[in-house]
Amino acid sequence: MRKLGLIIRREYLAKVRNKSFVIMTFLSPVLLVGMVVLIAYLTELNDNEKHIVAVLNQSDYFHQEFGPKPGVSFLSLEEISLEEAKDSTLSMGFYGLLHLPERSNLDQVVEDAYFYSGDAPSTGVLERIERILETQLRAYRLEQMGMTPEEYEHLGSGYEINTATFQGARNGKGINEFKALIGGLFGYLIMMFIIIYGGFVMRSVIEEKTSRIIEVIISSVKPFQLMLGKIIGTSLAGVTQFLIWIISASFLMVVALLLMDLDPNLLWERPGMSESFGMPLPADQFQPDDTAALLLEEFLKIPMGLYAAIGAAVDNETDTQQFIFPIILPLMLAIYVGFFSVFSNPHGPIAIGFSIFPLTSPIVMMMRLPGGIGEGGVPLWQLLLSLLFLLLTFLAIVYLAAKIYRVGILMYGKKPTYRELFKWLKY
Amino acid sequence: MDAILSIREVSKSFGSTKVLDGISLQVPRNSIYGLLGPNGAGKTTLIRIINQITYPDRGEVLLDGEPLRPEDVSHIGYLPEERGLYKNMKVGEQALYLAQLKGLSRSDAKRELNDWFEKLDIGNWWDRKVQELSKGMAQKIQFIVTVLHRPKLLIFDEPFSGFDPINAALIKDQILELRREGASIIFSTHRMESVEELCEYIALIHRSRKILEGRLTDIKKAYKRNQFMVRWTPHQSTDSLETLEKRLAIVEPARETEENIWEFTLQLESSEQSEILRFLADQGTLTSFQEVIPSANEIFIQTVQKQESHA
Repeated sequence: MRKLGLIIRREYLAKVRNKSFVIMTFLSPVLLVGMVVLIAYLTELNDNEKHIVAVLNQSDYFHQEFGPKPGVSFLSLEEISLEEAKDSTLSMGFYGLLHLPERSNLDQVVEDAYFYSGDAPSTGVLERIERILETQLRAYRLEQMGMTPEEYEHLGSGYEINTATFQGARNGKGINEFKALIGGLFGYLIMMFIIIYGGFVMRSVIEEKTSRIIEVIISSVKPFQLMLGKIIGTSLAGVTQFLIWIISASFLMVVALLLMDLDPNLLWERPGMSESFGMPLPADQFQPDDTAALLLEEFLKIPMGLYAAIGAAVDNETDTQQFIFPIILPLMLAIYVGFFSVFSNPHGPIAIGFSIFPLTSPIVMMMRLPGGIGEGGVPLWQLLLSLLFLLLTFLAIVYLAAKIYRVGILMYGKKPTYRELFKWLKY
Repeated sequence: MDAILSIREVSKSFGSTKVLDGISLQVPRNSIYGLLGPNGAGKTTLIRIINQITYPDRGEVLLDGEPLRPEDVSHIGYLPEERGLYKNMKVGEQALYLAQLKGLSRSDAKRELNDWFEKLDIGNWWDRKVQELSKGMAQKIQFIVTVLHRPKLLIFDEPFSGFDPINAALIKDQILELRREGASIIFSTHRMESVEELCEYIALIHRSRKILEGRLTDIKKAYKRNQFMVRWTPHQSTDSLETLEKRLAIVEPARETEENIWEFTLQLESSEQSEILRFLADQGTLTSFQEVIPSANEIFIQTVQKQESHA
């Protein structure tokens, strides 16, 4: 155990002291936030551009509607002909001219209205104008039908059926979707984590092979200990990096938004969100946080162990590609199955199957778990079964990976085939 | 014989290839033991089994009379042929890490390291990164971390490769010093001159089998063929030489190495020795009369060739 601790410590320090790791850790949030801020800034810059549109209103219908709007100002032209209006719009450098002709009713006016401009007009400006005409037209038609706008609002309101479990717990549909989204996000993060840090583990194994220190090390510790130490040390470094990213990115984001005079609360105060956060959970269930952490920890070791085995089997990184694909495949499968099947039906047969099958279960189970455990959520037996399979698979894979690792780290100079890997299992 | 290490009937196969076939060895305590053999004979696999990096299919390995246990790694120091260091770590930090993996406490390791750095004159390397070191410098560090935890059994696989003659001599002295302090040393090499210089015992492995083992002096005795190298100046050169050639079985014909000094090799039974010596003394001046002892190199080549022709 003492040796395992030493290895974890070395692997962790080797990782976090690495220059490129440090740079990426502190630069990534800056780049990320910088990009978001840049996009926000550019969008605002774009919105701030004011277009002046001349309006020649010869109809009897529009009076006060053409007030200043974000991005567009209107200027009324009066008592001139269309041709004169076109000329003066052009000569004064306005963005365009809206012509509303004189007709007997609004339907006709709108039908024959034209927007003249030099270039193809921006959709933003057109939308503003269309909105004005549309609003006016709707009010006009409602009046024709003898209906007030309030009555119309009432008519158009949608309907959602109430859902509840047999035991009477309220079970909001929108809430579930939001939770699945959180689960999906987690699943995606796990996949990213595995791909990034699995690569780290693999490179660190290859480094030990190419620098020829491996035989010195494994004459002191078991290859299994070394592999486990590497996986844990690198994962901890990964968690450190993720935490720094999350904390610093959130901090920078808030600062940036404040500087730009935007309310940071806008980011998370979306309708439905606060509602679902506030939903009481049934008292007699697992703490989802613990379960999630457990799943995360168990799951990470499986592919990371495989990455270590690959690193041991080859001499240089270019030889790794053929072996990595089969690892990423189930992860991708889990993500896509999660997004397409679990969201719409978190307790359907596909969702249940994939959340129990060990190579996809952590991602898919993560997507199901925010719905709670026990009544209305994932049945406890499914969760336990999933964990059991995960544990068994973990042991089996680590056992096999350790065998490949043990043989592979002492093999130099040639790229192994799958057949040879299989043979190594028997040494 | 008091053996620090006994290997009993050890066999190991990789797939269908038999790498070790019923090998038994006795490494005497406090000796320097040469493990010799052509490339691919199975030496490295045997050494890895002793270090518990791989495990034998059959047979057992006893350290100090007890079957090997995982904890025994702290009693063994191993300098592999394929050796290296973490390139991005600092020398001192790395040496500390490797010493702690062998079971030393941090403070003990630090103290021992300072002594060794002093001894090998590399005291100011502590904070340098390994990638800044030359190959020979890195070899010194590797040697230090191999012996640092004062193991009772040391295994050196080609320890002198990569060293210039001065540093090779320095390392050789350190190996002898460690032996004086009580360590037992297994020494695997192709360089026969270092075998002659260092080893008291040797074992020869060829094609997964042991074909020779014993005290080097005994083996040499067994391999000598009663031949003597003679340097001699005859009183009347031609006459005496002709008589000599008629009387004696001369293996290598006489040749004149310096002015009137002749050198030749004789095949002699022990009963004839005094008679011949008298004859040579009467007929001329004898400068040298020396039994020809086969070198380790000759024994190596001879034994391997004999084995090949049997096979």
